[in-house]
Amino acid sequence: MRVLKLLGLLVLLTVPVGQVIPAIEAQAFPNDGVKARYYDLIAEFRCPQCLNTNLAGSDAMIAQDLRKTILRLLIEGKTDAEIETYLYDRYGDFILYEPRLTPRTWLLWLGPLGLGILGLWIWLSLGWKRKRSDGNTLSEDEQRRVQRLLERP
Amino acid sequence: MAKQSVLIPLCAFAILVGVLGLGFTLSDHNDLPAQRVDESMPSFSLPSLWQPESQITAAALDGEAALINVWATWCPSCIAEHAELARIHSEEGVRIVGVNYNDDPEAARAFLRKWGDPYAFHIVDAEGTLAVDLGVYGAPETFVIDSRGVIRYRHVGVVTERVFEEKLKPLLVQFQEAS
Repeated sequence: MRVLKLLGLLVLLTVPVGQVIPAIEAQAFPNDGVKARYYDLIAEFRCPQCLNTNLAGSDAMIAQDLRKTILRLLIEGKTDAEIETYLYDRYGDFILYEPRLTPRTWLLWLGPLGLGILGLWIWLSLGWKRKRSDGNTLSEDEQRRVQRLLERP
Repeated sequence: MAKQSVLIPLCAFAILVGVLGLGFTLSDHNDLPAQRVDESMPSFSLPSLWQPESQITAAALDGEAALINVWATWCPSCIAEHAELARIHSEEGVRIVGVNYNDDPEAARAFLRKWGDPYAFHIVDAEGTLAVDLGVYGAPETFVIDSRGVIRYRHVGVVTERVFEEKLKPLLVQFQEAS
């Protein structure tokens, strides 16, 4: 019976208490096209204040301001690229989930490629070495040691 | 040769620890990119806090190196730095311009009446448009501008005496003399 109670308590603990959904202010959209682009864009930019939340998911003051800004720019007829540039000019790489390729971000973009090449090189050179060796590379001394280790109870 | 290959994972691990360790210790998440430094103040036309009927434009910032302080009464850190700003103004004679950010102007005026107003004037940025143009992340932020209204430095967070002495004051002196 106690076990059952305990289990019940555990189940209760997993029930989410009030989901965390930031209150996104209601916006008046001139048309559905703008609305769709608005929701795409606010999902695409990172909130500058909170680390790694997009503009759509953030309650921060600045995220609200940037959502307003994006809507204003959309209504002014700016393209997505123009809006990105507008925000980039003010907030830099921080606001983009895919930072632009600049000297500062070379390591970020090219690092994985470099690691891949390094891995390929190690892999190939190991394979090459294995092919060259004729299987039995242990000296007599090492052979005896292996034997001794294997025979140990 | 066998010994060398044993060292490879160890070296790789050491490099990984080194890189991650550096990343964790060197990067301060408050050290955000200051995109607007060395650019002119963005143009704006916003009401003054004390004379709501009159508009302030970027031209009002020309003539003297100054601190632009983005603040609000909803921001506890802004309230915490108020005394230091008052000291900087009264003891160092620095011109401080306030950007009252997304605040209730009445609450802002009440706060200043109670605790004193060391600012030359306050720009009411009720919609956060100037803040976005300045690339503000959150209040408080303090910019150093030179006498021609060019942004020279941005400080994120509370201005303490140490921040002022070490970072802001040397720049204010430098850009006062340069112009």
